[in-house]
Amino acid sequence: MSSEQTPSQTIGPYFAYTLTPMQYGYNFTSLAGPRMVDEDTPGERIRVTGQVLDGDGAPVPDAMIEVWQADAAGCYPDASRQDGFTGFGRVGTGTAPYNRFWFDTIKPGTTADGQAPHLNVMVFMRGLLSHLYTRIYFSDEATLNASDPVLGSVDETRRQTLIAKRKESPGGTVYHFDIHMQGDAETVFFDV
Amino acid sequence: MTFLPRDWDNHPPLIFSDYQSTNLRGPTQPLVPIQQRGCETTGPAFGPQHLGPLDHDLTRNARVNGQPLGERIVVTGQVRDENGHPIPHTLIEVWQANAAGRYIHVVDNHDAPLDPNFMGAGRCVSDENGKYRFYTVKPGAYPWKNHHNAWRPNHIHISLLGPAMATRLVTQMYFPGDPLLELDPIFQGAPAVARSRLVSRFSLEVTEPEFALGYVFDIVLRGKAATPVQH
Repeated sequence: MSSEQTPSQTIGPYFAYTLTPMQYGYNFTSLAGPRMVDEDTPGERIRVTGQVLDGDGAPVPDAMIEVWQADAAGCYPDASRQDGFTGFGRVGTGTAPYNRFWFDTIKPGTTADGQAPHLNVMVFMRGLLSHLYTRIYFSDEATLNASDPVLGSVDETRRQTLIAKRKESPGGTVYHFDIHMQGDAETVFFDV
Repeated sequence: MTFLPRDWDNHPPLIFSDYQSTNLRGPTQPLVPIQQRGCETTGPAFGPQHLGPLDHDLTRNARVNGQPLGERIVVTGQVRDENGHPIPHTLIEVWQANAAGRYIHVVDNHDAPLDPNFMGAGRCVSDENGKYRFYTVKPGAYPWKNHHNAWRPNHIHISLLGPAMATRLVTQMYFPGDPLLELDPIFQGAPAVARSRLVSRFSLEVTEPEFALGYVFDIVLRGKAATPVQH
């Protein structure tokens, strides 16, 4: 039996008490959150943070960002994984100052097929009828970024929209990455 | 192994001006094609072991001093792919307004009562045949600010992971015969040929006597491509 894809619909403004409940203080267990690692996860600890900005440059207070990433060795976790690292994170933009999102994770490794370290990102919000895919690459990986096939497929003038800027802070390494929905710096979104 | 492309003849556009929030939030540049690799063809693995015992029953998972008010319903269906293959063991997360049309979310200020015995959050995992089932109460319609006298039809939000990042889907399930459907820019945002697939079907067979009305909602995710998709 063949059938057609069920249409996407917006996540709307009220997803938090099911999808990100603990972050927002609702009495329901979160299956994924912004903290993607525990003490034992091998790899370089990083925080990735930023805002989702609309066409007026205003921060979006009701977006949800999901991350799917490889581990420090460049492998994507599967169901047999036992160490607590799922590679999957979720955060809403409704709880932190300035509607920031953040992920506390490890820097992923280079994958076996030679892609530069990156986070795969899914973006959902009220006002977005179909979710979007983008990627977060890292500013301190210039050499690997230069040979990455996906970055290479993006128009050079827009490539910078996919690269998070590394900054050392007293709390550790922070990468900054804003998601621009529109405008001169509109983030590249992929037709995955 | 790769997945068939997102079929944009069946999904809403990113800017749909009748739905006003899309005008500043939908990207204006075309999506950039990407060749699927391991990143896109894998995804997080959740199973029954991640669920609480009452996660699938929204009529019971937030009780304080009694049953939630409203029309009790059971929603069931099959998750399958475009090729007709069932998708087993996939996580299905749902959220909705209560029977009065009010969400417990703190930013919902619609002047309708909260129900102390209803949260509106639930989840389940499809079985080996792709079948899923959850119990809830029928959500109420509610007003929103999109345009003058705008009301959302009764609906349940549904999020699915599917087997890979590429199969991710967030959608909404509607109810048959709702007069608000033709007035709702979110529902109307879906292409005309695809809209009926967002509407559940009443089923007497699924209806549980003396207990709950039954609705069937099948969900179709992207299927595996027979050969790698070339861009």
